[in-house]
Amino acid sequence: MELGSISYIIDTLFAIFAMVLIIFMVPGFAMLEAGLVRTKNVTAVLTINTLIYCVASMAFLLVGYSIAFGDFGSDSMSKWAAFLFQMAFVGKVVNIMSGGVSERAKVIPLTIFTVVMAAIIYPLIVNVSWGSNFLEGTFLELSMYDLAGSTVIHSTGGWALLAAILVIGARHGRYTKDGAIRVIPASNIPLVTLGALILWIGWFGFNGGSVGSIASKENADAVALTILNTNTAGLSGAIIVSIIMYLKYKKLDLTMILNGALGGLVAITAGPDLYDIHTPILIGAIGGALVVFAVSFFDRLRIDDPVGALSVHLVNGIWGTLAVGIFASNGDSITLLGQIKGIFVVGIFAFVSSYIVLFIINKIIPLRASHDEEVQGLDVEECGLEAYPEFKRAF
Amino acid sequence: MKRVEAIIKPFKLEDVKDALSEAGITGMTVSDVKGYGRQQGHSELYRGAEYVVDFLPKIKIELVIADDEVDNIISIITDSAKTGKIGDGKIFVSSVEKVVRIRTGEEDEEAI
Repeated sequence: MELGSISYIIDTLFAIFAMVLIIFMVPGFAMLEAGLVRTKNVTAVLTINTLIYCVASMAFLLVGYSIAFGDFGSDSMSKWAAFLFQMAFVGKVVNIMSGGVSERAKVIPLTIFTVVMAAIIYPLIVNVSWGSNFLEGTFLELSMYDLAGSTVIHSTGGWALLAAILVIGARHGRYTKDGAIRVIPASNIPLVTLGALILWIGWFGFNGGSVGSIASKENADAVALTILNTNTAGLSGAIIVSIIMYLKYKKLDLTMILNGALGGLVAITAGPDLYDIHTPILIGAIGGALVVFAVSFFDRLRIDDPVGALSVHLVNGIWGTLAVGIFASNGDSITLLGQIKGIFVVGIFAFVSSYIVLFIINKIIPLRASHDEEVQGLDVEECGLEAYPEFKRAF
Repeated sequence: MKRVEAIIKPFKLEDVKDALSEAGITGMTVSDVKGYGRQQGHSELYRGAEYVVDFLPKIKIELVIADDEVDNIISIITDSAKTGKIGDGKIFVSSVEKVVRIRTGEEDEEAI
């Protein structure tokens, strides 16, 4: 067999393997969110997670991929594998967004938004960052470096979530009339842990696969370094949050520690292939610390995000993209200014377009469950299926 | 016949059960309950925000016994459930009109 076809085969296999790891993040998100909400909303959260993967991937197959990349094509690997790898990312954008509005957003309007997001909004962002780039030559042309999508995926999902929370409001009873914050604790910490650690594993495909090729000595090194740095940022995010929580409250809040790990992972995602093996310790630690402060910051603004998705994905998507400009600027193709411009252009487009689409959907089919539906729980009202229906254990 | 309901600290259940078994009590019903008395609740931390947990987990033991056993049973429960700290619980005694064993149809003291 000639060498060219061997690398073609290996890269195809690599892309499919990475895709499987990324799709494995679907149950990761599902379990994380199912654990963080109250038991009366668990089925609704899982239904949204399932539907989002299906409709987002379908919309990307039928419409989105062409908008992002022109047409199905790749010389270095099977074009179907190239498509599958890109498709795997789409569900993540909307997964990020759906978690933060859980316990009050209805399934059907959220699913409709997912279709628009996966068919048009996200593909346009991919077009100008990784794809055929219709902004090329204009003053808006992006020079941002964003290997696996700190901005393109995580911030985009985060901006859409912020728009959705502004449209939909906080959960009933989350903030009292006299202005106090009422805590709504998670219902299943083992599920939260399972979900977060599955996401962590999925990230190796997310970032590793984004290198694009493994079929040469140089590329194999780049992939391994990328995965090493990805893991390091997750480790340091979790460790720093543990330290901060203990120093500040004398308690180790596991939901925060896991969010800290995920914050570190988001932060490293823009440039895991660019750093030496020690820089990610700092990037992940800053990412984790940002989560701790962002969670209470959003709470003070009365922006109710039950799963911490804004703190993890939006804040750290921005931080990760900036970090590339700070730690890996080469003064030529990568500059701090170029990174900032990318954050702004993508951010403004993602937020404004999401807000408009959500606003219109909300006028036609209200995104928010009625007061009674919310109090009863969305499981019964929307799905007719409670996650935990038995009075007690059955014998 | 009397029903004795005892609200105790959960970790004291084994001690109380063992003490009652030794005294010849052949059955009891136990349930997880939550509540508060003078002990009040306590505050916990979730995602950087403190919140008060009003209801503390307790165990409720229920047993139905013959009238003349009441004082003995109360002292057994009191001794075995006591830690001396606030929140040790309470014992309630009430009258029971009738008892029926479902399997055999036996009634009252024979059914206990």
